[in-house]
Amino acid sequence: MSVIPSIVEKSIIRFDVDQVRKDFPVLFQEVYGKPLVYFDNAATSQKPQVVIDSLKKYYSEYNANIHRGVHFLSQKASQAYDDVREKVSGFINAKSEREIVFVSGTTEGINLVASSYGRKNFSPGDEVLISTMEHHSNIVPWQMICEERGAILKVIPISDSGEILMEEYKKLLNSKTKFVSIVHTSNSLGTVNPVKEIIQLAHEYKIPVLVDAAQAVLHEQVDVQDLNCDFLCFSAHKMLGPTGIGVLFGKINLLESMPPYKGGGEMISSVSFEKTTYNEVPFKFEAGTPNIADVISFGVAIDYLLTSDRKAIAEYEQKLLSYAIKSLSDIEGIRFIGTAKKRTSLVSFVIDGVNALDVGMSLDTQGIAVRTGHHCTEPVMDRMKVPGTIRDSFAFYNTMNEIDKLKEGLIKAIRLLKK
Amino acid sequence: MNNKGISAIEDEIVEEFELFDEWTEKYEYIIELGQKLSDLDEKYKIDSNKIKGCQSSVWLNAYEKDGLIFFEADSDSTFVKGEIALLIRVLSGQKPADIVSNELAFIDKIGLRQHLAMTRANGLASMIKQMKLYALGFQSQEKA
Repeated sequence: MSVIPSIVEKSIIRFDVDQVRKDFPVLFQEVYGKPLVYFDNAATSQKPQVVIDSLKKYYSEYNANIHRGVHFLSQKASQAYDDVREKVSGFINAKSEREIVFVSGTTEGINLVASSYGRKNFSPGDEVLISTMEHHSNIVPWQMICEERGAILKVIPISDSGEILMEEYKKLLNSKTKFVSIVHTSNSLGTVNPVKEIIQLAHEYKIPVLVDAAQAVLHEQVDVQDLNCDFLCFSAHKMLGPTGIGVLFGKINLLESMPPYKGGGEMISSVSFEKTTYNEVPFKFEAGTPNIADVISFGVAIDYLLTSDRKAIAEYEQKLLSYAIKSLSDIEGIRFIGTAKKRTSLVSFVIDGVNALDVGMSLDTQGIAVRTGHHCTEPVMDRMKVPGTIRDSFAFYNTMNEIDKLKEGLIKAIRLLKK
Repeated sequence: MNNKGISAIEDEIVEEFELFDEWTEKYEYIIELGQKLSDLDEKYKIDSNKIKGCQSSVWLNAYEKDGLIFFEADSDSTFVKGEIALLIRVLSGQKPADIVSNELAFIDKIGLRQHLAMTRANGLASMIKQMKLYALGFQSQEKA
C-alpha cells in the first residue's frame, strides 16, 4: 500500500524550478563573466518567452488601432485586446470586466483615484489615511489632492518589526476620515498587511479603501470580492508582463460616480464644441489610443500564471524566504529590516560598518543583481532609523543555490569593504 | 600647489585605468582609493556642505589659497569616496578658471559613467557641479 505523500513532497513533484527557469531566457547569461543571479524581482519581474513572443507576434502579424477600424486587422487586435479585460477580471475575481480600467501602472491607478475621486469628494478638514510603509506612489498623489482640497493626510504608525499597529489604526478612523489607501505587501519590508481586516474596519465608517497590490499579485491570489476592497491597483511588469501597463480595479458604482481623469479620444460618447458626453465605464477613464500591444502581452502573462500551480509557487517562494533568512543570519553584523510574521519572499537588511550602495555594487561585480537604497519608501527608512537597505527579492524562478551565491557574495563584499 | 595642469592629471588617471580589463577591477581600485582618502574633519560635515544623493551623502569643503582652490570631501559610501578622490586629484589645487572650464573627459574615458546608474551618475554630476560653483564663486570674488 502506498503512503500518501506529505504536502511538501507533493509540492516538489508539482514544482520543478529547473524546468520553470527554461521559460525565462534572460536568466541564462553571464554578467562580468559570472552567471547572472537576479534578485531584483520586486522592482520588476523577468518575462517568460511566451510573453516576449506575443509582443513580436502582435507587431508582426496584426498591429492595428482598435475599436474604430472596420478592417480585419483592427477587428483581430480589438478582439485580442478586449479578451484581456475579461481575463484580468477573472484573475482578481471582479464582478464584471467593467470594473477593470487599464492604466500605465500602479502609480497611475492611484493618481487616477486620488485626482478623480478626491477632487469630487474631499473637503477642507477631511482626512485621508495611509500607512508609514507606503511607496512614494501611495503618498505623493494623496499629498497633492489633500493640498488642493484642504484635506489632511494622516499616517498609521507601524511597529519595529514593520507591522501596522491595528489599535492605532482604529483610533485614527473617525467621521472625518474620507479615504483609506493601503499597501497590500510592502516593497521595502516584505510585510503582508491584514488588508481584509483593514477594509472591514474602514467600511464600518463607510470609508472606501484602495489597495496597492503591486507587490502581491505575482506571489498570491488576490480576490477583490473576498477582500471587499473599493479600489485595487497593480502593474503588469511586476507579474511577468510588459512595462507600461497596469490595472485599476474599482467597484462599478464608485467608478460611475467619478469624473473623467483625462480627456481625449476613446473616453467620449459624443463631442461638440458646446458639450461633450463621456463614454461609459471603464472607457471613460481610458483617453487616447490604449497600450494595445502591452495589454495583449499582459494577457499572456496572466495565462502563464493561471496555468502554473500557484499554490506550489507560493510554497516554494516561502521556502526561498526561510532559507535566505536562515542562511544570511550567520553573517556578522547583519540586521534584517522588516521582520513581520507574514512576509512575502524578500529580505531587506543592513550590515554594520558597510554602506548598502557599496555592497550592492560589489554584488553587481559578482553578477548578483539586488536593490539598494530607500526603495522609494523614505518615510519607512526614517521610521526604521536606517538610510537605506540592501534588498533581495525572490521569484519562483530563483533557486536555493542562488541564495548560497548571495551569501558568498556578501561575505566577499564585506571582506573587501572592511579592509 | 599642484604643479600639473588638469589635462595632464586626467591623462595619468586614464593611463592607470588602462591596466584594468574588467569593471570588477576598476570597482575594487575605486574602493581602494576611497579607503585611502582621509576623512573630512567633523567640523566640515555640516548641512551647508552636504550634497544629498539618492543613495549616498557627500560633504564637500572648499578653500582658496594663493589664487588656487583646494577641495576636501567625504562620503558615507566608500565607492563614492573613491570617485571623490579622483575628482580631488584632478581639480584640487587648480586655478578657478581652469576648474570652471574643464569638461572632465576622463570620467568617460575610464568607463566610469557607463557603469553608473542614473541616480549615482547624477550624484557624481552634482558633486562636479558643486566644485565648479565654488570655483565660480572664488573667481567672481577675485574680480570684484
